[in-house]
Amino acid sequence: MIINGVTIDKTFAEAFPMKATRAIITAQNEKWAMISAQAMTGFATSVIACGCEAGIERVLSPDETPDGRPGVAIMIYAMGGKGLAKQLETRAGQCVLTSPTSALFAGIEGGKPIPLGKNLRYFGDGFQIAKKIAGKRYWRVPVMDGEFLTEATTGMVDAVGGGNFLVLAESQPQALAACEAAIEEMRKIPNVIMPFPGGVVRSGSKVGSKYPALGASTNDAFCPTLKGVTRTDLSPEIESVMEIVIDGLSKEDIDKAMRVGIQAVCDLGAANGIKRISAGNYGGKLGPFHFHLQEIMA
Amino acid sequence: MSTLTFTLKQATAQRIDLSPLVCQNLQDLSAADIAAIELQNGKSRRRVDELFTISGSDSQNIVIANSNDKLDFIGKDLASGSITVNGDAGAYLGLGMKSGSITVNGNVGIYAACELKNGLIEITGNAGDFVGGALPGNKQGMKGGTVLVKGNVGARAGDHMRRGQILIEGNAGDYCGSRMLAGTIAVMGSTGRYLGYAMRRGTLLLWNQPQLSVTFNDCGSHTLAFLPILFASFKSLNSRFADSTTAFNRVQRYGGDMAETGCGEVLVRSS
Repeated sequence: MIINGVTIDKTFAEAFPMKATRAIITAQNEKWAMISAQAMTGFATSVIACGCEAGIERVLSPDETPDGRPGVAIMIYAMGGKGLAKQLETRAGQCVLTSPTSALFAGIEGGKPIPLGKNLRYFGDGFQIAKKIAGKRYWRVPVMDGEFLTEATTGMVDAVGGGNFLVLAESQPQALAACEAAIEEMRKIPNVIMPFPGGVVRSGSKVGSKYPALGASTNDAFCPTLKGVTRTDLSPEIESVMEIVIDGLSKEDIDKAMRVGIQAVCDLGAANGIKRISAGNYGGKLGPFHFHLQEIMA
Repeated sequence: MSTLTFTLKQATAQRIDLSPLVCQNLQDLSAADIAAIELQNGKSRRRVDELFTISGSDSQNIVIANSNDKLDFIGKDLASGSITVNGDAGAYLGLGMKSGSITVNGNVGIYAACELKNGLIEITGNAGDFVGGALPGNKQGMKGGTVLVKGNVGARAGDHMRRGQILIEGNAGDYCGSRMLAGTIAVMGSTGRYLGYAMRRGTLLLWNQPQLSVTFNDCGSHTLAFLPILFASFKSLNSRFADSTTAFNRVQRYGGDMAETGCGEVLVRSS
C-alpha cells in the first residue's frame, strides 16, 4: 500500500490490556488548570519505569466542567487496578491538591470506583467536610488558598495500551515535522492519549538486551546509525525514525487515532521526505490487540 | 392506568394512620383487597372504603384527595412510586421513606420527613416542627434525600440530621439545625433564635443574616467551589432554588457550634 508516495508496511502494531481512568482538573483559569494537569501527567511516559502512562486528553470549556470553571481532562493508564489507584492518588495529592485554585472531579461515570479525593481528605486534619450532591460524594478540604474541592472517587475501566506507528523519513527534521502534524490531528480524537514527550518517542525499544538486568533496549533494527552493522529494517535513504504510542479506552479509539495520525503524515508525503510507515510488534506474543496498518488505512 | 386516588369522604374527629397506603404495599392487591385494608382511626380500625372513595388503579402513583391535617404517617417507609396529597397532611409525613417522591399541595404537621432515608418530599405550604428530625429518643434524623418546603417551617428543622438536604423557601423557626450531625439546610427567608444549636457538622446555607449565638465564630468571606455544584443540583426542582438568579458562591462563613466540635458551618450569602 502506498499513500502519497509513503509506503504503508504490511505489518501490525501490538497492544495489550490496561486499566484506565480519567480525571477533570479545574482552576481559576485555563493556565492554572493546565499547570496542574501537566504536573499530574508528568514522568508518566511508559509503565516500564514510571508506574503508569498519563497524558492530557483535552482542554475543557467552563460549560463542560462540573464547577463551571476552565478545566483539563487527563487520563492515566496502568497495567493493573492497584497500580492505577496508587498512581492516581499519589499524583492527585502531590500535583492537584497542591496547585493553586484547583479542584478535581471524576472523568468517567461507571466502571469500578477508585479513590480520587477519598483519602486526600485526611489532609484536612478533621476540618474536612463531606457533601453528597446529586448522588456524588465530594470532599471540601481546607487549604491555605481557600478550599480544595474534590470528588471522592472516579471510575476505572478496561482499556488498551501500546498502539503505535513508526514514521520513517529522510531526515530528522522531516520525521519530527510529520510526527508533529500527526499529533495535532490525533489530539482531536477523544478517549486517547499519546503519553510520550510531545506525543513522540525517538527511542523505541525492543524486548530484551545483551545486559541481563535490562528487559528492554534500543530498537537497533530501526536505528539509522546502525544500518551497516546490525540486521537493519531500514533502506539506505532513511535517516531518522520516530514513533507515536497511543493508549485508548478501546481498540476502536486507537484505530481512529492511528488513522488520522497516519493520514496526517501521508498528507506531507514523499515530497516532504516521508518514506514509510511501520509499526512495532513482538510477533503477536505481547498482547492480544493487533492494529494492522493497511487495514486501518484501507 | 389512571392514578390510584383515595378521596377522603369527610373529615374525621380522630386521626387516621395512613401508613398502610404506600405504593409497595398496594402493587399486587386488587381493588377489593385495597378497599378492605383496615386503617387505625383514633381507637377504632376502619376499612379504607369506609373512609375514602377509591378510584383508579395505578398503585405506583397514589393521590390522596380532600386531605386534611388529621391524616398521619402518609408515605411511611415508601420504597418506590409517588404519592400526591391534595390538601393538608398530618404528622410524620414520609417517616423513614426510602425512595420515591411525595408532593403535598398544602401544609403538613410535625415531624415531616422524619428519619427520611432517600427520595424527594415537596411541600407547597408550611411544615411543622422537627422537619427531617429524629423520632424522640433516636440519635439520627434524616439520612438522605431532599425535602423542599415552599412555605415556612417550625422549630428544630433538621434536628439530629445526618445527611441529605432540607430546602426552605420561606422562614425557619427557632433551633434550626439543632444537634445536626451533617447534611445541608438552606433557608431563603429568615431564621429564628438558637440557629445551629449544638450542631456537630453540616451546613446551614442562608440568604439572610441570622441572629447567631456566641458559640459561632466568624471565619470571614469566601468564594466556595462546591456551591455552584450544589445549586446546579437544584435545577430539576420545581422551586425558587432552581432559579439561577438566586444562586451565589460568595458567603460569610461562621464556624460552630463551638460548644460542640465546631466543625459545622453557617454560610450566609454575601456580596
